[in-house]
Amino acid sequence: MISNLNTYEVVEPENVSIWFKAAPVVKFPKNGGACVKYKDKQIAVFNFTREGTWYACQNLCPHKMEMVLSRGMIGEDQGEPKVACPLHKNSFSLKTGKHLNGDLDRIATYPVKIEDGFVYIGFSE
Amino acid sequence: MKTVIVVGNGMVGYKFCEKFVAKIDQDSFKLIVFGEEPRVAYDRVHLSEYFENGDAERLSMAPREWYQEHNIELFTNERVTDIHRNSKTITTLSEKTFNYDYLVLATGSSPFVPQINGVDKDGVFVYRTIEDLEETLAYAEKIKKTVQKPKAAILGGGLLGLEAAKAVMDMGLEPHVVEFAPKLMPRQLDTRSSKVLQVKLESMGINIHLSKATNQILGNGHVIGMEFGEDDVLNVDMLVISAGIRPRDELGKSCGLKMGTRGGIVVDNKMRTSDSSIFAIGEIALYNQMIYGLVAPGYEMAGVAVDQIIGLEETTMAAEIDMSTKLKLIGVDVASFGTPFMPAEKGHSIIFENKTESLYKRINVSHDGKRLLGGILVGDAKDYNMLLQMYLNEMPLPKNPENLILGSRSGEDVSFGSAMDLPDTAVVCSCEAVSKGQICCSVKEDGNESLKAIAKATKATTGCGGCKPMVDDLVKETLKSLGKVVKESVCEHFEYSRQELYDIVKLKKIEDYDSLLDEVGKGHGCEVCKPAVASIFASIYNETANRQETIQDTNDRFLANIQRNGTYSVVPRVAAGEITPKQLLAMGRIAQKYDLYTKITGGQRIDMFGAQLHELPLIWEELIAEGFETGQAYGKSLRTVKSCVGSTWCRYGMDESVTFAIDIENRYKGIRSPHKIKGGVSGCIRECAEARNKDFGFIAVEGGWNVYICGNGGANPQHAQLLVEKVDKITATKYVDRFLMYYIQTAPPLTRTAAWLDKLEGGIDYVKDVVINDCLGIADQLDNEMQHLVDTYKCEWKEAVENPEIRARYSHFVNAEEADDTIEFVSLREQKMPKAWV
Ligand code: SRM
Ligand SMILES: Cc1cc2nc3c(=O)[nH]c(=O)nc-3n(C[C@H](O)[C@H](O)[C@H](O)COP(=O)(O)OP(=O)(O)OC[C@H]3O[C@@H](n4cnc5c(N)ncnc54)[C@H](O)[C@@H]3O)c2cc1C
Ligand code: SF4
Ligand code: FES
Repeated sequence: MISNLNTYEVVEPENVSIWFKAAPVVKFPKNGGACVKYKDKQIAVFNFTREGTWYACQNLCPHKMEMVLSRGMIGEDQGEPKVACPLHKNSFSLKTGKHLNGDLDRIATYPVKIEDGFVYIGFSE
Repeated sequence: MKTVIVVGNGMVGYKFCEKFVAKIDQDSFKLIVFGEEPRVAYDRVHLSEYFENGDAERLSMAPREWYQEHNIELFTNERVTDIHRNSKTITTLSEKTFNYDYLVLATGSSPFVPQINGVDKDGVFVYRTIEDLEETLAYAEKIKKTVQKPKAAILGGGLLGLEAAKAVMDMGLEPHVVEFAPKLMPRQLDTRSSKVLQVKLESMGINIHLSKATNQILGNGHVIGMEFGEDDVLNVDMLVISAGIRPRDELGKSCGLKMGTRGGIVVDNKMRTSDSSIFAIGEIALYNQMIYGLVAPGYEMAGVAVDQIIGLEETTMAAEIDMSTKLKLIGVDVASFGTPFMPAEKGHSIIFENKTESLYKRINVSHDGKRLLGGILVGDAKDYNMLLQMYLNEMPLPKNPENLILGSRSGEDVSFGSAMDLPDTAVVCSCEAVSKGQICCSVKEDGNESLKAIAKATKATTGCGGCKPMVDDLVKETLKSLGKVVKESVCEHFEYSRQELYDIVKLKKIEDYDSLLDEVGKGHGCEVCKPAVASIFASIYNETANRQETIQDTNDRFLANIQRNGTYSVVPRVAAGEITPKQLLAMGRIAQKYDLYTKITGGQRIDMFGAQLHELPLIWEELIAEGFETGQAYGKSLRTVKSCVGSTWCRYGMDESVTFAIDIENRYKGIRSPHKIKGGVSGCIRECAEARNKDFGFIAVEGGWNVYICGNGGANPQHAQLLVEKVDKITATKYVDRFLMYYIQTAPPLTRTAAWLDKLEGGIDYVKDVVINDCLGIADQLDNEMQHLVDTYKCEWKEAVENPEIRARYSHFVNAEEADDTIEFVSLREQKMPKAWV
């Protein structure tokens, strides 16, 4: 299968039509990420425990098109939550998907909600 | 509202835009830019870096959004084809027409391609744009597949030609530089320095052919060689032409602007062409009857044109333009400044030459001995910035000017003062024309107290970067003069150096990252401080990377090196490279079972590549069952202790190097440090184990072991320095224990031992004082701390496979058992490799 950037498009909270029940909260490391499979998509989900927030974005790094972002380190840059790609440390805002240390394409972000100890990711299809 | 059109979106065209928008309010001028290249302006000076990281975006001067944000209308991939001076309009290749009030020509230059028979053959390239590079690279890849040991020639042995030579060498081709003149870099170097450079380059594998006039380029369709004279032929598979530049003045010519006899558009000191509404800047402009092929004068021209257009007419171009240069070639320093070759009637030269060390230094001094007029440095150009400043600012010379290149001998006056002695007007960053005064003022008055802040505020260091060390000194010295402590803080989350954090963790007995951040840091951390702190916890408590896995760098988090396609490599420890046939068979069986690519590493062990995340625990379980342990190839920790066979087999061996290397590797295995550490043990001074290339090394000599520390290979090779001579193994080990522990506690993050020693006040003598003479009274403590690390070692892979919770991390998806189906391999010489990146 060829992974294609076009597979991933930002989903805004108001456009969510499906809340996909991904996995129990405990499966995600504190202040770290894990990868969720949804149909033919790979979604990186981050449990930003220090902020008390969850984020989701495409697992595909737009730099060299590798499925690795979920294994990246998360952190914050002047208040902006971010993930640094494990391969070459390009970092992306977890809020907006914007590339913070260069001008690669924005990555797609997805809404996340937690209910009854489960992580749900919002999709529009 | 007036319209300014800029033709050319190269380095100087961009700089014009940057300076323009900083000075105007957006209602009075409209800026439109045309660039022929498909990309937005990028840093051509660092073009060669594109090979190293393959990352074109990183070279761009500013992202496309920057132009939008500043209301600049930018057309890339759009060549301007005509200028109609009567109607003050231009037209483009796609036949669009635009009006201008002012026109700025920044069309740069193109490589000069001499009319040699056959230059149009396939495989002949130039070196100026990213596209040139990509085409060259693609061709190189192609010929590497069909030709054994392919060769590439570079026509031209000037500055750019040598850079191109390095680039083709990095592409994996055998480089041959062909120069018409009898010496390399004829414009910058004298004959002797050129010879020194030549010998050095040849030792690096670059072949040099001087005094060669190329008659024709041979080949049927594609290049196969170059012919110089009868029977004088060089067979090559590719050719890169770097024979000078020609201004791209076709627009100026066709619209009737005044041109130079050998090309270029004539400008006055206001950068005006013969038409007062048209300016020319950068490599297209002929100023003082010269084309300046450097960015610094181009940037200055951009500034002048901006001021002229907005009405600040007193800004004009300096009458004399400095052409000093420092070459970026990795591995050899070359610099030339002022008047490099000087006739004897103008002054005298002081020359120092040492061919065995590839060193040449020349300074030219006025007859009265008071002024520096120019000079040449080959092999060591660390004093270039200071010398250039002395020359530019006409600073008085010391009584014995030879000290400037030889250093102070026998306690005479020290050759240089500090950067602080420069006059305030001294231009420290010539690319951005930033003076010493501006930098110090920015530190003092605007509170820009780091190199990064200064770069942002003044743009100093953002051009060629050559002034970085000097700007760094200025920032630090200014801070000191204000009575401020110079902080080397780890990142925005901790205002402490690594050493301070080390002490804090130890004294406050802090055990996890979050508590440390809560107690002494701020915010939520990042990819810089997390691994740095992880390393501190490991050094103090000897905890493995498994406990706080999300603060580890990627490789540590999964105890394996991540590879191109997101798979991992597996490297078991093979202490000193000694391995039994049984172990070899076991490793072979396991690699075959999991279909791993195997290779002998440069560290005398075996690397198995291509394991998917979920396979790692399975593979390690089998390896551990066969008696292997983790080799920590992923960690900032001990890698290998390289060894030669030594006296057990070798007829010259003075002692048993293998035994010593195995003991030492097992002693230090698992220890985490600021950067990786490597060791070597050689059985005699022939040094087959390259011990002096390592962070610590032992060499057997008559009467004991010589101990060397702080060497490394890599990008900046440095030989290790002698710590102590002829000691027994126990003493040797004790001193290295102390040295390593002291390094672990005091080095900044990601600093190898050599770089640490460079910065350490007192250098090697001070280290000797600490570890041998115990001048700090901490030797016992260092001994105990090292012994603690040695005693508490455990194999972290064993821990990982045996602990179900840790083992569960090794799965690509949290919600599915399956593997990542996007990973693709292709075959390679009966093994496999990742599918190439596009
Ligand atoms: C596998 C190997 C190349 C090989 O096929 O032979 C290798 C592979 C890598 N080296 Fe190396 N180096 C390997 C021997 C070397 C050597 C030779 C040696 O050790 O004798 C050197 C020069 C000696 C030295 O370090 O002083 C070397 C100097 C580097 C450097 C530059 C270090 C420096 O201080 O300048 C890096 C980059 C870094 O560490 O920041 C690096 C980084 C890397 C990384 C880890 C890059 C990365 O992060 O992915 C590569 C990992 C590949 C992998 O996953 O295994 N590698 N690397 C060698 C593994 C040795 C081992 O058994 O552990
Ligand atoms: C490999 C390499 C290394 C170098 N190293 C150094 C160094 O270390 N130090 C140093 O000072 N200098 C160095 N230089 C030189 C430096 O890059 C140039 O001096 C600088 O780029 C000149 O800038 P410019 O804007 O005048 O020209 P360019 O950067 O060439 O830009 C001109 C642009 O105009 C475009 N153009 C031309 N005609 C038209 C048209 N009709 N319509 C639209 N667009 C047009 C071109 O496509 C080009 O993009 C190096 C150059 C190279 C190639
Ligand atoms: S193995 Fe080392 S030298 Fe080779 S490509 Fe990787 S980092 Fe570079
Ligand atoms: S693949 Fe993500 S930064 Fe290179």
